[in-house]
Amino acid sequence: MATKRTIEVELSTTGLTKDGKAQRIPLVMGGGAAVALEAPPSMEPELEGEHMLINIGPQHPATHGVLRLVLEMEGETVVRCIPHVGYLHCGFEKIGEYRQYNQIIPWTDREDYLNSIGNNVAFALGAERLFNIEITERCKVLRVMAMELSRIASHLVWMGTTCIDIGAYTPFLWSFQYREKIYEMLEKWVGARLTTTATRVGGMAADIPEGWTDKLQSFVQDFPRTLDECERMLTKNAIWVGRTVGLGVMSPEEALNYGLSGPMIRASGVDYDVRKDFPYLDYETYDWTVPVGTSGDVYDRFLVRMAEMRESVKILAQTLKRLPDGPVNVDDPRVILPPKKKATSEMESMIHHFKNVMEGPRPPIGESYVAVESPKGEKGYYFVSDGSSKPVRWRIRPPSYVNLSAIPKMVEGHLLSDVIAINASIDIVMGEIDR
Amino acid sequence: MRAEKFTVISAGHGGGDVPATPKNVPHKGGDANPSAAALQAQFGPAIVRVDVINGETTVIVDRDKAHDIIQWLHDEPTHAYEYLSDVTAVEHRDSQRPIEIVWHLRSIKFRRFIRLKAMIVKGSALSICSIWDIYKGADWLERECYDMFGIQFVGHPDLRRILLWEQFKEGHPLRKDFPLRGRFSRSQQLENALAANPEARYSMEELSIVDAYEELPLDMRRRLLGGEKTGE
Amino acid sequence: MGLKDLLNAGSDGTHGDATSMVSMDARPNEPWVTTKLDFLVNWGRANSLWPMPFGTACCAIEFMASAASNYDLARFGMERMAFSPRQSDVLICAGRVPFKLAPVLRRIWQQMPQPKWAISMGACASTGGMFDTYAVVQGIDTIIPIDVYVPGCPPRPEGLIYGIMMLQKKVMNERMNGTSREEMEPDPKSKLYIPSSRIDELSEPFGNSVHQTRSAP
Repeated sequence: MATKRTIEVELSTTGLTKDGKAQRIPLVMGGGAAVALEAPPSMEPELEGEHMLINIGPQHPATHGVLRLVLEMEGETVVRCIPHVGYLHCGFEKIGEYRQYNQIIPWTDREDYLNSIGNNVAFALGAERLFNIEITERCKVLRVMAMELSRIASHLVWMGTTCIDIGAYTPFLWSFQYREKIYEMLEKWVGARLTTTATRVGGMAADIPEGWTDKLQSFVQDFPRTLDECERMLTKNAIWVGRTVGLGVMSPEEALNYGLSGPMIRASGVDYDVRKDFPYLDYETYDWTVPVGTSGDVYDRFLVRMAEMRESVKILAQTLKRLPDGPVNVDDPRVILPPKKKATSEMESMIHHFKNVMEGPRPPIGESYVAVESPKGEKGYYFVSDGSSKPVRWRIRPPSYVNLSAIPKMVEGHLLSDVIAINASIDIVMGEIDR
Repeated sequence: MRAEKFTVISAGHGGGDVPATPKNVPHKGGDANPSAAALQAQFGPAIVRVDVINGETTVIVDRDKAHDIIQWLHDEPTHAYEYLSDVTAVEHRDSQRPIEIVWHLRSIKFRRFIRLKAMIVKGSALSICSIWDIYKGADWLERECYDMFGIQFVGHPDLRRILLWEQFKEGHPLRKDFPLRGRFSRSQQLENALAANPEARYSMEELSIVDAYEELPLDMRRRLLGGEKTGE
Repeated sequence: MGLKDLLNAGSDGTHGDATSMVSMDARPNEPWVTTKLDFLVNWGRANSLWPMPFGTACCAIEFMASAASNYDLARFGMERMAFSPRQSDVLICAGRVPFKLAPVLRRIWQQMPQPKWAISMGACASTGGMFDTYAVVQGIDTIIPIDVYVPGCPPRPEGLIYGIMMLQKKVMNERMNGTSREEMEPDPKSKLYIPSSRIDELSEPFGNSVHQTRSAP
């Protein structure tokens, strides 16, 4: 556990040179400004004695929701951590058995609510495999846009809240400024900021409005600058580095065994990304790379997430170039509602409309498990159908639930204040953990 | 400079083509995962059936042999299912059909996905082997399965409710005989909930250090008295 | 007119001692106002509400958006987020509250000192919303008294800000010696703020939701 890493730190204050230009003066003396940072020492033997219980949560600003951690402490060192979850258990999977496929989509918004449009897409992909539907090319590209936008939005919230936890407030304001821009775009597209319900089985709720791609274009151009600013604030900041390096280390083998996914497993040095390894929506045809860390600590998770946002911007730029014309929804009256005009004027369309709304589309008997790479990791939707319009079982494979289950392992032997940093690095969403 | 610490395990290092998005997948039939044939060769009668539905291979295994089969899939380097995606259960609307335990396994090395299923016939004991000793990630997934379906995972070190609270009296919510809105009226549910002590501790681990024994339900006390140990 | 004139008006000058004491301290050239004590206290309270965000789910994200750069709650004297219930005035319950969380919410409400107010943000907190299941409290007004309900799923930041402004109006109209400031007491037996029979009556499924509590064949 004792990791010794040296990171070049560039904490600096801006000063002025003789000719009045901004200049950076390193606070750390000694030319190279390299500070060796060591991981906190583990338990010292002379501190043995009474153990103390500390309860964090369920209502605590740094637990990102209603997580409860009970820590057994020896001095300031965590001996054991016992997480309690379930404070936000709402019975999503039970509700799913009582609703038709298209009716479940609003629940997917509210489950991982930082990534709602991504969940909509994941749900639709799973249901389409069950229905055996091939979606149109335009729909595929639109869905890639939606997923990558929501990945950026989710990582931005992660960055902002983690910065607050560790003691920096400015990146929170910057990240929410750009998040608002994503909200604005989503609102233009589907009419809602957060709870989008953007997809339908076999297509999308709406095509993008005119001029929307220009907004996305300007976002793609401007956003990397904000990322640069945030990276300048954090990546080489001595405080940030000191609070994150060497914490919560998971080795690649452990990460695999604990079933971690997403940035958590990639920071640990396992090159597993569902988009590359079990592709969907033609992700293999885009040009991008999977950022991988090598140390498996909180700092690497931060680096991986920052790099992922840049990759998402790259993918978004490519979707803009290849967005084809054509229909968004499949031409299949079994699942897609006819246009309103036809439904009110043609007998056949009206019957289709009625059947679709009242009975709901019926998939063949079977099952499907479709996993996508959500910002938190491998998010899977597993459906079992008995041929009726409501699933027998709708299972959510929650990435942050599995990631969080490794927290006792990760915080063991660390200081109390580091528990907050480690917990933040998992990027948990209680709505998804508790469902 | 940053010290290299771990060597990167890259996905698909076991060889094989670069995967592509599956297209025009047949509803039934198609190529099965090669691991399914290997399982049949290795375990013979313990493999009840191999289905390919929507391009996903489902292997239905004998309930008593499930642990051995998963262990083999995990350890065998030519298959290397080192990643557990999910453990869950399915109860069908038809009350005669058995409850299915579903494991979703992935091989990162060979980029393969397989679904294992074991059937628990209605009326027999609701128990199945735990695979916690193979995959640590199964810990919470099995606890959730126990919480939602009441299935006992034999060999799990700390099997107690996770999403609902220990004193939840209404049963296991994802069973088909459980009504959507619960068994009690809304006001009863509220009164039960408010009677709970928010500082209560439910973990056996905590009980070794803190005296919260009196607040526990009877069955937990019994398990504790039996000397049950939890955790790693 | 200064304080001295005010005090002298109506006096016939015979109580000269007292008035002359005041007139020595009063500075006739400085501006001043008179008002009701109620108004002064309420004005102070309404414009420095310290919110305690009890964020559970999606609404907490919109709450964060309201507090962040674009909407900026600080304009309403609410920039001081109190994450401890003991140093807060208004509880903003943002998000769904399952039964497991109900005693926690109740405890937090009891920890807050008087005077205190509560905002129920979003459909789930107010009524249970779309979560009509075995696990979710159907409206937190059964366990704590609520002053303002903000509708929406989730409410937009503008909606939350409007709700806060409504609460400020409500605070402005309170009287110190009236009944309005007394805290509502729960039913001593069931500890609920709404009688049990009414809860059961109100939370019965009706209309379309009757069909939706049945699993299809």
